[in-house]
Amino acid sequence: MSPSVPLQEMIRAIRSARTQCEERGVIQRECATIRAQFRQADNEGRSHNLAKLLYVHMLGYPAHFGQMECVRMIASPRYSEKRVGYLGAMMLLDEKQDASLLITNSIKNDLANSNQYVQSLALCTLACMGSAEMCRDLAPEINRLLRASNSYIKKKAALCAVHIVRKVQDLGELFAPSARCLLTEKNHGVLHGAVVLITELCECNPESLERFRKTVPDLVQIMKGLVISGYSPDHDVAGISDPFLQVRKCEIMKLILTKIDTNAFNLIYVFTIQVATNTDSTKTVGNAVLYETVLTVLDIKSESGLRVLAVNILGRFLLNNDRNIRYIAMISLQKIVGTDHNAVQRHRGTIVDCLKDQDASVKRRALELSLALVSASNIRSMMKELLSFLSSCPPELRSQTASGIFIAAERYAPSQRWHIDTILHVLTTAGGDVRDETVPNLIQLITNTSELHCYTVHKLYRALHNDISQQPLVQVACWCIGEYGDLLLRGECQEMEPVQVTEDDVLDVLEAVLQSHMSSPSTRGFALTATMKLSTRITENVDRIRSIVSIYGSCIDVELQQRAVEYNALFKKYDHMRYSTEWLGQRFLVFVCSTFSAGLSPPICGFPQVCDLLDLLGGSEPPLQSSPALGSTAPLPVGTAGTAGGDLLDLLGGLEPTAIMTVLLSVFSVAPTVSVYDKDGVTVTLSCEKQSDSGLSITLTASNSTDSDIRGFTLQAAVPKVCISASNKILAVHLKSSFSFQVNLKMRLRISYTSQGSAVQDTVQVDSFPGLGH
Amino acid sequence: MRFLLLFSRQGKLRLQKWFTSMSDREKKKIIRDMTTMVLARQARSCNFLQWKDLKIIYKRYASLYFCLAVESQENELLALEIIHRYVELLDKYFGNVCELDIIFNFEKAYFILDEFLMGGEIQETSKQIVNRSIEASDMLQEAVTAYLNIKFQKCT
Repeated sequence: MSPSVPLQEMIRAIRSARTQCEERGVIQRECATIRAQFRQADNEGRSHNLAKLLYVHMLGYPAHFGQMECVRMIASPRYSEKRVGYLGAMMLLDEKQDASLLITNSIKNDLANSNQYVQSLALCTLACMGSAEMCRDLAPEINRLLRASNSYIKKKAALCAVHIVRKVQDLGELFAPSARCLLTEKNHGVLHGAVVLITELCECNPESLERFRKTVPDLVQIMKGLVISGYSPDHDVAGISDPFLQVRKCEIMKLILTKIDTNAFNLIYVFTIQVATNTDSTKTVGNAVLYETVLTVLDIKSESGLRVLAVNILGRFLLNNDRNIRYIAMISLQKIVGTDHNAVQRHRGTIVDCLKDQDASVKRRALELSLALVSASNIRSMMKELLSFLSSCPPELRSQTASGIFIAAERYAPSQRWHIDTILHVLTTAGGDVRDETVPNLIQLITNTSELHCYTVHKLYRALHNDISQQPLVQVACWCIGEYGDLLLRGECQEMEPVQVTEDDVLDVLEAVLQSHMSSPSTRGFALTATMKLSTRITENVDRIRSIVSIYGSCIDVELQQRAVEYNALFKKYDHMRYSTEWLGQRFLVFVCSTFSAGLSPPICGFPQVCDLLDLLGGSEPPLQSSPALGSTAPLPVGTAGTAGGDLLDLLGGLEPTAIMTVLLSVFSVAPTVSVYDKDGVTVTLSCEKQSDSGLSITLTASNSTDSDIRGFTLQAAVPKVCISASNKILAVHLKSSFSFQVNLKMRLRISYTSQGSAVQDTVQVDSFPGLGH
Repeated sequence: MRFLLLFSRQGKLRLQKWFTSMSDREKKKIIRDMTTMVLARQARSCNFLQWKDLKIIYKRYASLYFCLAVESQENELLALEIIHRYVELLDKYFGNVCELDIIFNFEKAYFILDEFLMGGEIQETSKQIVNRSIEASDMLQEAVTAYLNIKFQKCT
């Protein structure tokens, strides 16, 4: 056929354009010409123009002005114009456009045309872009063509009917009888079309299944004929006779057996065995037919013998050199791993080998299948494979692998230590790709396995020492070091070789984390809290910790700044309490506090309230009373007036008094006396006595047992106020919570006197009071 | 089948056939996604991809990529065969087909495709019958054109 010269010239012109701009210019000029020519009534080159327009459309430029021209050309009596017109209709029009309705009449006329090629054009267009209304209008025509024409038209009409049934399901009834008749045809094309039509009818309309039950023997007959029959060069593909039709037959077999007649097992058995044994599986096409057979067997409720056969075929596919075959084998195995777990387990070795394949699709399938095959018996070996896969896998599969490993480890971990080891391994290899909730889960896990704390913290310390870039690992490691730092510093560990770790080393590491640009803000928070916790567990480098923490008091990040300020307050004002108050020393509560600092903001919480109270006190400052009695509910703020008060301030140093909350004290009996100061003949004894429910009276008695007089004896006593905070997060309305605390009562005494010409000044701290139970 | 695309190694579209109704914007997006995905694949990798809920089967012939999208229950290996059969038909028609043939005669490529596939299904499983139909249609077209030329020559 002679090519369309104007079209080819235009294509050449477009292709020779060197830049996008030039190309657009050429196309705009051509479109203008085409538009002008469309407006002319009768034109010789109409088909060329439309073809040019279609080319321009394929390049991506707008071509909607050609739609009406398509309609006009379809109505033209000339075959060449019809051909291009229908092509244009398929490319430019679709069922959503209004112009598509205009061609319904033309299609109807063409369906009745005497020339089969014109009919085929119309059928093709209808099957491609027919809307529901068009289908309804033209369905009777199609039905007529199904029955009364040559095989060329019949096959096209069958597929057109398939399209109609998909669009308008009610019309299925119309085509059912004709479809049955088509099955008796010899022509493969018609048979194929008929099989597709019957499949479609069965799927959309369950009532018609009954009708086709009787066709089952016919179908099997045809199928057998195809498999066994001799060489037919026309339909042959590499030795397999008409694989397309064979595959279609498998599909309809599946359909029949799942919906129509579930007991026709003898049929499926017979034909499956024949297909499996007679099909040459060295070529792709043979494998295609085998694959379809396997899918059919697995989809229906077949007996175990057939299923074993199917799985064996899939196993053979797995060993095939062709990647495509291995890929589809794994997809099919994935479908049945739930039901036929043992059968698939037999091929576990091959599947795990596929993890090492170069191809990304194959790797993905192998990963999914491997994760599905993990069970309690093979967890150790599978995990080894999965971990080595993790270190070499492509980045898009990493997070999936990591999550899969975590889930498998959680479900089947043979021992706690193995579990922790596995998780640590994942964190070190692919730490950046794990999900966020892994960190709390891991912390939970570590907390629960108390016998492995020492081992865990040593391992984490070493991992942290090597690499501080993986955020989840760093977070968990910081938390562990903070919690179990004392175990780390002790250096002994049953499960690993002991390594001497000094406090400086640990602080170095934590400082490195804090200062590294790779650390995220939440990681820095973890590190800061860990540093703070370590201040209670280490003895020598408290100042270093203090300096580290105070730097962050002016950090840009608000969260870090708040934490640093709070911790600074702990250092300055509650230094004594950091050691002696038990609730600070307790691990659990520190964890709770760090959770608070980690972003949960309860209305009543630990340390921030301290700051609030201090702010409260900053305003009013009445002078300190010279004989303070513990138990007054009025706040005793920091006093600045009077030298006595001033001295007391110095005396107190780190013991600034704060407001007293209601404190429940245990009942005291009459207290015995205890000597608190005994030096050079001067003794001071102390006795306390409970006066009222909230009052305690302390009596200090000084006595002089030296020979000479003691002049200028002054005794100053100061007690710190104790601030107790609730550790419950929320105090609900109308609910009472009672808080009980253990309070360590302290008193500092300053005794100064002149004795025998020399001035003596002493300070004594009283920690234990007689009669007060601790 | 949902759609069939042919594109060159530079990502230029040479043929598009859509078997379901879609808006222009969706079509453009799909074309972009397909070209990016397929062109990013390495040389000897698997011919199957997963994209949304469809399976994409692609095959490279010389400088052209043939990309076919099928639904999830269809047979991928058969889709490979379909692509191969289409290439064979083109080869028979054009005689040692190359990309330029498809560029300059794109409407013929469409006509051949319309004889082989229809409505998302295979229409004719025999190569010979498809070839014969194409030849007959072409002869009909030539006859009509020749007749019209003679008619106009007589008039003028």
